[in-house]
Amino acid sequence: MSRISTTFTSASSTGRKLLIPFITAGDPVPEFTIPMMHEMVTAGADIIELGVPFSGPMADGPVIQRASERALEQGMSLRKVLKLVSGFREQDKNTPIVLMGYLNPVEAMGYQNFTEAAKSAGVDGVLTVDIPPEEAEEYVSLLKAREIDPIFLLAPNSSDERINKMDAVGNGYLYYVSLKGVTGAGHLDLTEVEKKIQQIKKFTKLPLGVGFGVKDAQTAKSIAQIADAVVVGSALISKIENNPNNLDKAKQEIVDLLASMRQAMDS
Amino acid sequence: MTEKYHMPDERGHFGPYGGMFVAETLMLPIQELNLAYQRFMKDPEFIAELDEDLQHYVGRPSPLYHAQRWSRELGGAQIYLKREDLNHTGAHKVNNTIGQALLAKRMGKTRIIAETGAGQHGVATATVAARLGLECVVYMGAVDVERQALNVYRMKLLGAKVVAVESGSKTLKDALNEALRDWVTNVDDTFYIIGTVAGPHPYPAMVRDFQTIIGREAKHQCKVLTGRSPDALVACVGGGSNAIGLFHPFIDDVDVKMYGVEAAGDGIETGRHSAPLCAGRPGVLHGNRTYLMEDDDGEIIETHSISAGLDYPGVGPEHAWLKDIGRAEYVNITDDEALQGFHALTQMEGIIPALESSHAMAYTMKLAPNMDKEQIIIVNLSGRGDKDMHTMAQREGIKI
Ligand SMILES: Cc1ncc(COP(=O)(O)O)c(C=O)c1O
Repeated sequence: MSRISTTFTSASSTGRKLLIPFITAGDPVPEFTIPMMHEMVTAGADIIELGVPFSGPMADGPVIQRASERALEQGMSLRKVLKLVSGFREQDKNTPIVLMGYLNPVEAMGYQNFTEAAKSAGVDGVLTVDIPPEEAEEYVSLLKAREIDPIFLLAPNSSDERINKMDAVGNGYLYYVSLKGVTGAGHLDLTEVEKKIQQIKKFTKLPLGVGFGVKDAQTAKSIAQIADAVVVGSALISKIENNPNNLDKAKQEIVDLLASMRQAMDS
Repeated sequence: MTEKYHMPDERGHFGPYGGMFVAETLMLPIQELNLAYQRFMKDPEFIAELDEDLQHYVGRPSPLYHAQRWSRELGGAQIYLKREDLNHTGAHKVNNTIGQALLAKRMGKTRIIAETGAGQHGVATATVAARLGLECVVYMGAVDVERQALNVYRMKLLGAKVVAVESGSKTLKDALNEALRDWVTNVDDTFYIIGTVAGPHPYPAMVRDFQTIIGREAKHQCKVLTGRSPDALVACVGGGSNAIGLFHPFIDDVDVKMYGVEAAGDGIETGRHSAPLCAGRPGVLHGNRTYLMEDDDGEIIETHSISAGLDYPGVGPEHAWLKDIGRAEYVNITDDEALQGFHALTQMEGIIPALESSHAMAYTMKLAPNMDKEQIIIVNLSGRGDKDMHTMAQREGIKI
């Protein structure tokens, strides 16, 4: 069983819901990322989603787009993200890491090279935003052969048929994008989200993470009551953006927000 | 090639290229669009309405003009210009926007969005939106808003809202991303009119189908005027819509050579160009697999061309396929050569071409002299040069 599945299984035995923070690797500088990851684990993160910056981030809102741009300006690349993961693994052998990004950097590296390098760096899951299951046969089989979980998105307008398809190709968990739009957009309609989750659960036994639009402890708590995991990204990255000249403060604000979410979810 | 050319497959593949590489949030909208497009392209009423508009609003058929003086001067093949510059709004772009806007209306959408680089597609979109009374938002890179002020003003006069995109390199690729983001957020009432044969399936096939009117007319006109088929076709390639529009009806006519002309900017060897087919490699961007301008890490690199309409790091997936199977040849023309083409056509024939089209003219100047006087080249004159007066004057140090 993968590290991701183990994490979900042991949490579900105690009724604990997972907290999954997302930050963009190398934002605002490469040195920020590894210490931030360790502190997020201390603050209550169960899995870390690490964004791989890309020059054409078509599914991301302004906050994550700018994070991507800052990281690229620092020379971040898929290969360097993998180095950061190895660096994190020197001290943390347990917390699962999911890379979230776009297909082109993976294609440039080659599926074979990328999946091998990701495995040896200690990556547990890969969410490639712009590869639908129909196009992903070779990619998914290479990932699975190396025991890396391919993670797929579901959207408010995903049909039963598509949920079935994601269930068949996905591993680890499925990620439900809780609103139409891009990352960081709008706010959530919890009744709608709950209805959709019930529909999804009819077709899959995979755990379900919910993200896009989780901004504070209260929303995190509400989502935790209806899903297996809460994903939070833009709200954390805003802290980096708001404190360009004080990264310690940014780090502290991220830790505080995560800790407040953890507490609200557990209470 | 004994079997008839029939591309793409039902999921939008041209061999290894094309496809639907989008986030799950966009899957349903593009599937819905695909169904509507499949249905209406077979609907005689839709086709009749489209034909009617192309005739009376766009002014089709556009002439196929024998450039006799220029042909004589070059001393080789007879050059025929397909006059897309005479269309309403001054370029081929309107063939596509008319078609997609009619589709939007049939689908009950009330809001139109588009991306634009030079502003030609933005203007063509704002034009049809005004005519149909649809709300229109055009995304344009902040850098392009700056360099194409005249077209920004035209769009505003036509009632469109122009949004300056500040992300990334602030040019066409970023405008396209921003339009896709708008679309996922507002899919219920919004139709996204993409301006070239790029994007996820069905766009490359759909935009092509609306543009093949160019090649269908040209094929017929050439027969009527000369009694025979052309020997070669020449068109500039940005995203590739005017080129595929001319080429597609001739693909099974294997004796007709096809040349797509990319922008070499300062020269391929300088790296400052927009020629993914000549100097890029396959990758995935904006929903399809195709040749891209990218670095070793798979990051998209900035492009350069004197013509904003060719300044795009990707190219339609069908061109990638035609290149790989050797059916079309892709060549490139530098900024300086394009300027020579611009002046030649202006002085020889009294026709001022768009800078994009000037790349096709410049290649024709290389090709024609090496062919016989009995041979025929059809060159796509994709647009007129009025929009480029400022760029030209600036380049030549003249104040206007
Ligand atoms: C006159 C003209 N020709 C050509 C192009 C390039 O587009 P495509 O390659 O899709 O025909 C443009 C784009 O703005 C244009 O305005």
